[in-house]
Amino acid sequence: MRYLPNSPSDRAEMLRAIGYGSVEDLFSQIPQGIRFQGRLNLPGPLSEQEILDFFRRAASQSSREYVSLLGAGAYSHFRPAAVDAMLSRGEFFTAYTPYQAELAQGTLQAMFEFQTLMTHLTGMEVSNASLYDGSTATTEAVLMALRLARRNRVVVARTLHPEYREVMTTYVRHLRTEVVDVPYSASGQVDMGELELALKQETAAVVLQSPNFLGAIEHSGKVAELAHRSGALLIVAVTEPLSLAVIKPPSEADIVAGEAQSFGVPVAFGGPYLGFLATREKFVRQMPGRLVGQTVDTQGRRGFVLTLATREQHIRREKATSNICTNQSLCALAATIYLCLLGKEGLKALAQQNLAKAHYAAQQLQAVPGTALPFAAPCFNEFVVKVPGRAEDLLRELRREKILGGVSLGPFYPELQDHLLVCVTETVNRVTIDRMARVYDHFSNRKKAGSAARAAASQAVGQEKG
Amino acid sequence: MKDYIRHARPHVTRNEDLIFERSSPGKCGVDLPPLDVPAVSASQLVGEEFHRQEIPGFPEVSELEVIRHFTRLSTWNYGVDTGLYPLGSCTMKYNPRINEVVARLEGLATDHPYAPAELAQGCLRILYETAQCLTEITGMDAVSLQPAAGAQGELSGILMIQACLADRGNPRKYILIPDSAHGTNPASVTTSGYEVRPLKSDAHGSIDLAELDRAMTEEVAGLMLTNPNTLGIFEIRIREIGELVHQRGGLVYMDGANMNALVGIARPAEFGVDVMHLNLHKTFTTPHGGGGPGSGPVAVRKFLEPYLPSPTVERAADGAYQLNYNRPKSIGRVRAFYGNFGMAVRALAYILANGSEGLLQTTQDAVLNANYVMRRLRDVYDLPYNDQPCMHECVLSDRRQAARGVHTGDIAKRLIDYGFHPYTTSFPLIVQGAMMIEPTESASKEELDEFIEALRAVAEEIEEDPEFVLKAPHTTRVSRLDEATAARKPILRWKG
Repeated sequence: MRYLPNSPSDRAEMLRAIGYGSVEDLFSQIPQGIRFQGRLNLPGPLSEQEILDFFRRAASQSSREYVSLLGAGAYSHFRPAAVDAMLSRGEFFTAYTPYQAELAQGTLQAMFEFQTLMTHLTGMEVSNASLYDGSTATTEAVLMALRLARRNRVVVARTLHPEYREVMTTYVRHLRTEVVDVPYSASGQVDMGELELALKQETAAVVLQSPNFLGAIEHSGKVAELAHRSGALLIVAVTEPLSLAVIKPPSEADIVAGEAQSFGVPVAFGGPYLGFLATREKFVRQMPGRLVGQTVDTQGRRGFVLTLATREQHIRREKATSNICTNQSLCALAATIYLCLLGKEGLKALAQQNLAKAHYAAQQLQAVPGTALPFAAPCFNEFVVKVPGRAEDLLRELRREKILGGVSLGPFYPELQDHLLVCVTETVNRVTIDRMARVYDHFSNRKKAGSAARAAASQAVGQEKG
Repeated sequence: MKDYIRHARPHVTRNEDLIFERSSPGKCGVDLPPLDVPAVSASQLVGEEFHRQEIPGFPEVSELEVIRHFTRLSTWNYGVDTGLYPLGSCTMKYNPRINEVVARLEGLATDHPYAPAELAQGCLRILYETAQCLTEITGMDAVSLQPAAGAQGELSGILMIQACLADRGNPRKYILIPDSAHGTNPASVTTSGYEVRPLKSDAHGSIDLAELDRAMTEEVAGLMLTNPNTLGIFEIRIREIGELVHQRGGLVYMDGANMNALVGIARPAEFGVDVMHLNLHKTFTTPHGGGGPGSGPVAVRKFLEPYLPSPTVERAADGAYQLNYNRPKSIGRVRAFYGNFGMAVRALAYILANGSEGLLQTTQDAVLNANYVMRRLRDVYDLPYNDQPCMHECVLSDRRQAARGVHTGDIAKRLIDYGFHPYTTSFPLIVQGAMMIEPTESASKEELDEFIEALRAVAEEIEEDPEFVLKAPHTTRVSRLDEATAARKPILRWKG
């Protein structure tokens, strides 16, 4: 086996040195009755070339020839070559959690930079060093708010990513936490009247996603006012953090949590991603997950360590703020590298490109007869379109043009059958958008022609009868 | 340093400021392609109320500066690629490079989770086949790859126990956890809504059957154990343990963190385990990444299969792979989408590279290495429990050295000067001054000899000059860091 460094004679010598006749003797304490006697029925062994062939075949059964306008919590953005070049350094990706600080200053400093970047981006005062993904980060934010508020009721905007909502349900079920869903209004934003009503009862937190699952940017400031007036905390969930380069951060929130996959982490069929959680300094001791802090060594030189570990499971065990141990450190490193490369101006310019392209696409689609943009609230790079006909049929037509045209909203919101959630990032060019609009146009025309023909036919039948 | 040590010597590394301190206006590390649609005014489109002008505090640097910055930072790290990384319970084994190549293939790294199933057959197949391999290795009947890491696998498993017992009429109240367990175990149990009842280990560090007999009441939902346990000892009475728990109507959860000792040797389903998780970042070579991402698949026996997180990946009669969301008894989702897919790609590549024989040889090497270290150090460091062969790791104690005022953490720091990553310190908690050593199969005899030599040299130094060891490390970029001040007056971001 090519990964094993010991030769047969090394093994024999080691056994001799410690006084065993065979390696089998080392397993002698395992009762014979439970020793696995057979041979594991597994594929392999394969050479490196064969492994590459196997995965290349798998990779060919994919949508890689298609232009994707899918978003909904996983965003296709261009990844500069420098990101993977740096991630591929073995000192980074083959290291453990930086518990031995003197041997891990590289990871620790990078995480400190990540925390700093995330606080600037979100308008918060502290950020942790990552959580699993947006869904668990949002859920951890809810658990944190329940601890802080010592109340057991959560009000959630219905436009929180439905899968995040499901994860939250799994985690809070046993707490008997009452979870109340607040509908969206005609604009696509949370219904403020309904929210105010929902907040009449004692509530720990309001959970609001912005831009929300329908793409609408929320008035997080106004929602914060409402929440705070009733003594509740505001959690703002963010699934597309690039939006924060052109949209004001939810600084009025108490916790900003979400997904930072957009920053240099590939969409990779759903993971690994990059959960984050940022909050106010006064709440830091209730935060879940690792934190890196600045300190000095015995000579007074600056250095970094994992800190406030008394919140964590390896110290506090059943009283920890979360059960998380392994987080998403390498993904946080990817985001740090990505954000440093783009920097202040690059990120802003990229966000503006996303905004411009999504706006252009929305305009082109809206111009097609029978389509509509049902929600008037401002959007970033994602928007809802009502399509002329069945969403599944249109998506199939678009696939013929090698376009994945969006996420069908019917399965998430029964009232939004035949609505698509369309995401346009910098990876989609104008030619594709125009081609997509033409497919909509043909689809709409055929639909019209079809119904005209049907109408004519039924008229003809009527005449015959007459 | 003892003059017979030839393994390491100090070397110069470059200083590097925080990236924010390198920033100056007007620089950028990327150039965007020209915008091919009409430009828009952001403030008009989103409205003044929402428009953000700029992100204060963000750095402005060129691409080369970014490359140098992170390259320099990387040289301050120690990874498996650098050398022996004998962290007990962490399984710091070699991370094969082909894994990284295949995980980045276009079509795997680029496929969207909401792509239609007919255009995601490759990704779904990888998830399906990885799960198949893991069921074969554990002997269990079904696997979900949704949990993002070990602790989430634990939570999923405990929630399944809860759901199953609730269906049988009573979810019960407590989970028993041996006092030698990882901290995630009690934390996950609390997260699930159960209460923890600690189980005291016996004089050999194993589960005490008499204690278990006493503790396993009708209020107890199950036992959460690690096998081999955190002392590296196989629970030889595991069958009786399982039978006792089952007789009293409880279920057995196994933390699979130490599965590197068992692959090809024993299958948990065959010694009474009902549900367990695996750490793909331990046993199955997905890189630790400086603390993640990991992946914590959860494996169950048939009767728990209906409770697995939703959706599951299935294969239809026509051979097509599909996601099944219609799972009324499922505990629900524990994570958005389908888990850390990229880690499944790597784990499958590792399993394929090894096949059955390779995995067995791997287990044997891991166990031989641990025994070799234990036998060659036990005359210098106390061996608190085990005089039997250990499994994949061994736990020594600093008892003798502590008499000279030097503790496990100090010895660990001094090992750094000798060019090694330390072992795990002060865990498990049931051992005074624990030194938990897991060499893994990736350590060569030559490197183990050097490691043993270094630890023996440190023991001599402690006899001769304990003060010197207490001030270690002496050769790193930074000396011991003030953790107390870091926690008392936290500085958690750069403020300029």
